[in-house]
Amino acid sequence: MLGDAWNYLTQWSNWTGSDGMLELLYQQLLLTLTALAITVVFALPIALYLGHVGRGGFLAINISNIGRAIPTFAVLVLLSVGFVGTDTLGPYGRAGLATLIALVLFALPPVVTNGYVAVREVDKDIVEASTGMGMTGWQVFWRVELPLAMPVIMAGVRLALVQVWATATIAALVAGPGLGNVITSGFYNSNLGKGLAGAFVVAAVAFVLEMLSIGAERLVTPVHQRRSGRTEAPRKTVSAAV
Amino acid sequence: MTVLGQAGTAVAAAADDPSCYSRFTNNWVCVSYWQDRSSDLIDATQEHLQITVVSVLLGLVIALPMAVIARRFARLKAGILGLSTALYTIPSLALFPILVVFTGITMTTVIIGLALYSLTILVRNTLTGLEAVPDDVRESATGLGYGSTRLLLKIEFPLALPVIMAGLRVATVSTVALTTVGAIVSYGGLGELLLDGVNNDFKAEIFAASVLCVALAFTLDVLLLALQWLMTPWTRARGA
Repeated sequence: MLGDAWNYLTQWSNWTGSDGMLELLYQQLLLTLTALAITVVFALPIALYLGHVGRGGFLAINISNIGRAIPTFAVLVLLSVGFVGTDTLGPYGRAGLATLIALVLFALPPVVTNGYVAVREVDKDIVEASTGMGMTGWQVFWRVELPLAMPVIMAGVRLALVQVWATATIAALVAGPGLGNVITSGFYNSNLGKGLAGAFVVAAVAFVLEMLSIGAERLVTPVHQRRSGRTEAPRKTVSAAV
Repeated sequence: MTVLGQAGTAVAAAADDPSCYSRFTNNWVCVSYWQDRSSDLIDATQEHLQITVVSVLLGLVIALPMAVIARRFARLKAGILGLSTALYTIPSLALFPILVVFTGITMTTVIIGLALYSLTILVRNTLTGLEAVPDDVRESATGLGYGSTRLLLKIEFPLALPVIMAGLRVATVSTVALTTVGAIVSYGGLGELLLDGVNNDFKAEIFAASVLCVALAFTLDVLLLALQWLMTPWTRARGA
């Protein structure tokens, strides 16, 4: 079986063409990044604001708990068979819209919970000192809270990235877009080598994304925070695997 | 006459073919589907429950010693935590096919995969729980003559229990959700109904499987909460 997978991976024709692995890889990356961008642009600011004013904590924390109990697969099925349909959406492929909505839904919990907790848990003494120095609410948020909260915020975004990539793979179970198609078509046609080849590519890209986002996280984390407590704080909210 | 005839056919059709899940109406919510296919639903739920419970128990059996080792040997801690977190980055739809190489298309494949995923949360929470035991308590116990094994079993584990149980609840709930993906290797409990439903555009089946899946997660969560309540009587005495 491993030999079959190797043969599939090393045959260039499996990578090229309109349903080749490169095209599917590009499609899945595009889906992943679009969904993450939508979440970060629209939901993260709200979570940060709630953390700043200290309201809505119950919702911000519980969204993660609820998110864990809801099966991604079921959401994808409900969206594609029902309310949204499986029409092709431009470069996003068949059932593109249903997949995008499901991906945004599953990116929300880690981004929102970590965003809220990050700002909320900034040392209150520091915030008071900043206010005492005459900073406005906006200045406190922008110059004090945001930089200090950055490691935990980024941990949430990183978690979301890996989770969204994984969810995008499952879209193939509803005949949606992405690399999961290589896995499902391998399994449905008793071509386990092909299924395994697809699995390797998906897992390898997940690993690369994780490594890249750890690098990006380092870049945006202020130097003095890297040593003290950096490794502990981001682990506060671990969400479900998909 | 014609009108009567048509009405008669309609009634006959309704009697033969429960209308709300026939191909023509295809309703989401359909009571007669739940009644007629109750044995399918019960079988799928039982398989789902079995896979989830065995996976989480297996995960717990692996996670507890891992956490204890990480606690004892500080040098191994980063490695153990890193390993259990790295597993979690592998998408489930990719992990199951990779495990098929070793265990074939069996329920074991799904159970091993899910147990590996549960490690991320279980190892971390067990370690956090053990580390949160106050040093004073540990020293008092040592002073009273507790050896390291007895200290672990009689003092540290009971005190860490609330945190371990919190991890167990999270792991159980996410395992229920993740079991559905096992449908790719034909052992996915309610996930198989979802897959069948999407392939046949069968809305009543999809809805029933989704509802049962969320209900199962909720039920297990409540049961674990009750178990925790029974196992930690001292936390209640303090609160009262």
